[in-house]
Amino acid sequence: MKHGLLKCLIVLLLLPIANAWATEEVNIYSYRQPFLIDPIAAQFTKETGIEVNIIYAKSGIAEKLQREGKYSPADLVLTSDFNRLLELTEKGLTQKVSSDTLESNIPAQYRDNKSHWYALTTRARVIYASKDRVKNAGQLSYEDLASDEFKGKICVRSGKHPYNISLVASMIAHHGKAETKAWLLKVKDNLARKPQGNDRAQVKAIKEGVCDVSLGNSYYYGKMLMDEAQKPWADAVNIIFPNQADRGAHINISGVVMAKYAPNKGNAVKLMNYLSSAKAQSLYASLNMEYPVNSTVTPSEIVQSWGDYKADILPLTTVVKHQTAAYMLLDEVKFDL
Amino acid sequence: MQTTSPKKWVLLSWTVSAALVLPVLALLMQSFSADTVLFEHLWATVLTDYVINTLMLVALVLFFSAIFALPSAWLIAMCDFRWRKKFQWLLMLPLAMPAYVVAYIYTDLLDFSGPVQRLLRSVFQANTPIGEYWFFEVRNIYGASIMLALVLYPYLYLIARTAFLEQGAHLFQVSRTLGKSSWQSFRLVSLPLCRPAIIMGLIFIGAEALGDFATVHYFAVNTLTTAVYDSWLGHGSLSAAAKISMLMLVGVVGLLAIERWQRGRQRFYHKTSGQINRFKLNKLHSTIAVSWCVLLLLAGFIVPAMVLVDYAIHYFASGWSEQLWQVLFQSIWLALIAAVITTIFAIIFIYTARLSTTRSARLPLRASTTSYILPSTVLAIAVLIPMTMFEVGVNDWLVSLGYQAPGLFLSGTVFALIFAFVVRFQAVANGTIESSFLNISPSLDIASKTLGKTNLQTLFLVHIPLLKKGIFTALLLVFIECMKELPAALLLRPFNFDTLATYVYQFVSDEQLEQAAIAAILIILAGLYPVIRLTQTGNVTHD
Repeated sequence: MKHGLLKCLIVLLLLPIANAWATEEVNIYSYRQPFLIDPIAAQFTKETGIEVNIIYAKSGIAEKLQREGKYSPADLVLTSDFNRLLELTEKGLTQKVSSDTLESNIPAQYRDNKSHWYALTTRARVIYASKDRVKNAGQLSYEDLASDEFKGKICVRSGKHPYNISLVASMIAHHGKAETKAWLLKVKDNLARKPQGNDRAQVKAIKEGVCDVSLGNSYYYGKMLMDEAQKPWADAVNIIFPNQADRGAHINISGVVMAKYAPNKGNAVKLMNYLSSAKAQSLYASLNMEYPVNSTVTPSEIVQSWGDYKADILPLTTVVKHQTAAYMLLDEVKFDL
Repeated sequence: MQTTSPKKWVLLSWTVSAALVLPVLALLMQSFSADTVLFEHLWATVLTDYVINTLMLVALVLFFSAIFALPSAWLIAMCDFRWRKKFQWLLMLPLAMPAYVVAYIYTDLLDFSGPVQRLLRSVFQANTPIGEYWFFEVRNIYGASIMLALVLYPYLYLIARTAFLEQGAHLFQVSRTLGKSSWQSFRLVSLPLCRPAIIMGLIFIGAEALGDFATVHYFAVNTLTTAVYDSWLGHGSLSAAAKISMLMLVGVVGLLAIERWQRGRQRFYHKTSGQINRFKLNKLHSTIAVSWCVLLLLAGFIVPAMVLVDYAIHYFASGWSEQLWQVLFQSIWLALIAAVITTIFAIIFIYTARLSTTRSARLPLRASTTSYILPSTVLAIAVLIPMTMFEVGVNDWLVSLGYQAPGLFLSGTVFALIFAFVVRFQAVANGTIESSFLNISPSLDIASKTLGKTNLQTLFLVHIPLLKKGIFTALLLVFIECMKELPAALLLRPFNFDTLATYVYQFVSDEQLEQAAIAAILIILAGLYPVIRLTQTGNVTHD
């Protein structure tokens, strides 16, 4: 009896190893959502025979990796914004990846000069403006959201959402803290309602007449147009790339890093290469309406129809330095309260 | 004779509870290193608002839960009216509803752009712009409180109904013959007698409200859990997050201590009072009672369930997937294991506390309850801290002996998930079984001892048969909670593993519950049987 128990325990203990030997595999911790990653991973498995194991989470991946230390099974981490990408790098949870494929697929401004992180897609933080009620919206800038013209007419999601934090950090980078605080106070004053919901919910609110303008990521416009129920929302607004007359629209990136103790390094590099390849990049473009970083891949037709835009060239590594300050300013002006 | 002395029980209790307390201890250690700058910043800016919002939220949730639960419990236990027996279990149904699903459905229904307001606009005047007419705002603290109360009140209802049943009608009738009105008798006799039970229910509900993040966030209400998440995810300070959690914990423990102290040494041992003569309600009163129950049932279950069914039918093509069967099976299996373990632990803790009145024998029971109010994501990290420390230690040791490192044999498997569920819901099992234990007169223990039975024999021969109801209730409650649990499941699940809750969440987080309606219905269906059984366990002697 006792021996039986012992055997059971040993088998249980060794199970993870046995699995690791059984198949070629690669393990991902992902902040990005299943609807996007699952199809790309399935395609990768189909082409290479390498199994892709994924844990999707909303928060805590950095913490988890840190705690697991050198025995972590994670090979790659996928993030949906730059802050989290850099957080992993700065906490020393990543490793350098040298790959000619990555370097030729991803332009220099979209990868770490120390080769730790690689961007996979970009998106702009745009202004959505009511087609009926906002005239000459084409010239709008982020700064304009503070003008009296929009009193009671702005909708936005929580200021603390990573996408908004990043925008506020970029405002600090361009204008300094004091000016950004004044801007935030005015924008808060202009809000039609307390910050709530997600980016799409704001567009829905514009359609219903709750407000006239909102902030949101560019890809949501395409995704709403593709969704039967949400198309009327998107049809009610114009997508405006802000600050086209000066520095350009604020952009953010999604990206990938290799975990410091990745156990399946070879397969992980293969997957990274694949993610930057034309095939995966077109999937990103068509499934999520993002801008591919690989310049040989064109955005989806819908995205192309919005025309080219000028992006803010201030490096995200500079923007991210102001992230904590952005958090503090949002608390100071009680943006969400 | 004595093969199991209280000492062995105390040792066992201490060992088990030590494991359960480890995550909280790890957080406590973390909190000491919290940087003061961040705290000063929070204090100077938003912390006061957060504290006020938190207190208001908890107070409102308790208030609404009491309004929903107590009259219903009293009506069902003490009065006779139409469909009483059906309402008895129907009123428990909202417990099977995950709060985040109910919140989603009601904001969708009642928002400016939702069908209710659209209908109102089209009936009264086409194209009324916003602000031109009054309609209550859903996304505020009142909305959030009512939503939470709607799914949490069954706890109080369940406990209060049983307590009313057990106290019987005699005392109430004595009070009536002494010239008090029914309201006075209710207030002066029935309620005070049920106080321990009611407080117990309120504590559960208050703790749930305090630790909630998903629902309040959805309703744009910022509470202390917002500060916890901001500190951790925004400022990257798990220490500050831990410190705020610890302060919340201290607050709750303080309140509990005051309650215990004030209740003093009162104990009620109930004798099963046999048949209850319920008050026959006249036609008017009966109609009011029925309407009340129907309203509550509509709001807490039928309306959200209908919306889900509607979604499920409309989006069946894109929402159905074969994978759901496996996910359902996995969720039930996990929840069952966690429920059984939690219940066994609860019996050990409470029996130990009964065997020996020393402080050290009671400590495991109290200590294992503490993690209930931690926001669940924070708990998930807290679980990871000691678990990974242990794993890394074992791996290092095996490697040093020349073996292959086994990897993360705990945190990389469902063990982590089950452990987190047990840590989180131990309080539920403790509370439920403790109140049943209290009803067993100590004279039975003495009798058993006099007959030469050991402690273990006494537990199995005397207590467990008497505790059947309590044990069953604990099992069912923990099972339902585990089926609904989300944040810990998200972070701690192994590769390629979904529970129904995480499956639903991946769509809710994108505000597309429609696509996950089938999975949400499965969560509710899996909870239905336990919920219905919950009310029936109370009826064996009383109906």
